[in-house]
Amino acid sequence: MPEKPMSDRVELRRVSKVYEGVTVVETLDLTIAAGEFVVLLGPSGSGKTTLLNMIGGFASPSAGQVLIDGEDVTDLPPAKRPTATVFQDYALFPHMSLLANVAFGLRMRKVPKAERLAKAAEMLRLVGLEGFGNRGIHQLSGGQRQRVALARAMAVEPKVLLLDEPLGALDLALRRQMQEELVRLQRRLGATFVHVTHDQEEAMSIADRIVVVNKGRIEDMGPPDRVYLKPASLFAAKFMGESNVLGGRVVASQGGEVKVETALGPITAPGNSAAGSAVHLALRPEQLLLSPHQNGVSLGHGRVEELSFQGTHCRCHCRVAGQDLILRAPVSAGLTAGQEVSLYAARTDVVLLQR
Amino acid sequence: MTALYRWAPWVYLALALLFIFLPVLVLVQFSFQGGMAPVPPFDGPSLKWWTKVLANRKITDGLWNSLLVGLGSAFVATVLGFLAAYAMARRQRRLNGFYQLLLMAPITVSYLIIGMGLQITFNYLGLGKSLWAIGIGHVVINLPLTFAILYSQLGEHQANIERAAYDLGAGDWRVVLEITVPMLWPSLLAAFFIAATLSWDEFVIAFLMSRFDVTLPVVIWSMLRSGLSPELNATGTLVFIISILAVGVVEFLLWRSRKQHA
Repeated sequence: MPEKPMSDRVELRRVSKVYEGVTVVETLDLTIAAGEFVVLLGPSGSGKTTLLNMIGGFASPSAGQVLIDGEDVTDLPPAKRPTATVFQDYALFPHMSLLANVAFGLRMRKVPKAERLAKAAEMLRLVGLEGFGNRGIHQLSGGQRQRVALARAMAVEPKVLLLDEPLGALDLALRRQMQEELVRLQRRLGATFVHVTHDQEEAMSIADRIVVVNKGRIEDMGPPDRVYLKPASLFAAKFMGESNVLGGRVVASQGGEVKVETALGPITAPGNSAAGSAVHLALRPEQLLLSPHQNGVSLGHGRVEELSFQGTHCRCHCRVAGQDLILRAPVSAGLTAGQEVSLYAARTDVVLLQR
Repeated sequence: MTALYRWAPWVYLALALLFIFLPVLVLVQFSFQGGMAPVPPFDGPSLKWWTKVLANRKITDGLWNSLLVGLGSAFVATVLGFLAAYAMARRQRRLNGFYQLLLMAPITVSYLIIGMGLQITFNYLGLGKSLWAIGIGHVVINLPLTFAILYSQLGEHQANIERAAYDLGAGDWRVVLEITVPMLWPSLLAAFFIAATLSWDEFVIAFLMSRFDVTLPVVIWSMLRSGLSPELNATGTLVFIISILAVGVVEFLLWRSRKQHA
């Protein structure tokens, strides 16, 4: 059984960061496998960029170690690390042509001129900018600059490519397209990508593994579907898209199931928790059903307060026992505002959140 | 009423511009005067005063001295201003605010006070008055300006560009020489030309720090003592033309860099 198919490429060991008396990163461990596409997801100020900078060498941890391929790089400057960074504002050299920008890293490594120009041209081709080599940075659009920044970082063949909100400045359509291209490039190069973003949709569409960061702590970590469907914490449930969250108190726990008393009545969910403890239950809008589910739970009766047509579905606000629940109803259900509805959910969909 | 609203701003603009430029225009016009006195009626145009100016060793020597001091002091002020700005922008030290205050302070001190201070200091050190002394004085007064111009151009975006260069393997010197300086090139030239123009026009320090080799403003001042003459007008026009050229170069460089960064 290949328990560990990929070797550990990056390892943060007990790292923390205190900046001017404020703890930006609490003591944590993080391991990233070779060839993995990891997304650090969190709101601004969560410490995700600080983590990225620790790997790249632009920030040093207040305590702990940073290892790349088992080698301690904690005290090495960015230039001495096998990493390359794509900056949020691209940070292209404004006085150089595209080709000179992409070839810069190779020039610093004293690669002969003919070789480095060939490599730079190849990189530009890879990002779809073939034949643009002699242009200046100012002649490019935002998306094109983004590609040049990628080509420049990839030209030095880093073991780890660090991307600091690289798509933040692009419009939505271009962002979707670049997300697909990033994934394609990463598969093709087989490099390890560590990508920072606050956009949960972006994180879900590109990541092999999402690391949800908040207040300098890792809230949850795992494949996108797992983090979305079974978030480990209240923050992760709320940050990864919309969630209906109900507060409650555990009244019974047995056989891998808990019974929680909520404003909507008792609800049974998978999980274990001590009786009497305060917990939250979470359900995604698309997990609320209008008809009873086999082995499901009933959430009670309510009234449709607001609804908007979204093409593939209707997004409704329902008022049930004083709670506002968001529901994604099929268009075929033909809901109208003011209508009385009964809501149900599959027992296995209900997520028990203990923190 | 609407006609008034439409024309009033233009009339006001014309009057304001006339107020500013009339003295200069008169100065230029009477440099082409035919007779002995630069006063109406105008009896030119004639180039006789211009030929006299260009043949006057005192004036041409002053012109060269001024150029020498202007370009030399501007170069030194720009280099020092850049180094100071780079240090302040890139190396976070606890007393940065205080250092900046010290660097900018000379801008609030009158040239007369700076000139007197330099005179006393040079006397104490046993250094005589010379073009070197004028140059040093002009570096003192222009350093705050070049520092301020260059410091404003070293923002977080530029810092990121330098970080990218470090990340790709460049050392400190290569980053400064291959990234920072070329990136700031338009601002460096603008700072240089502004400093050169101010030195070119400067009289008080140039007067206090000079004895035998004098700059053009000091030459003009000594000529003024023997009364008005169209020769003075021609000299003044010469100073004006060279200043305008320098300002034109600065404007062009800034315009080009704005276009590039758009």
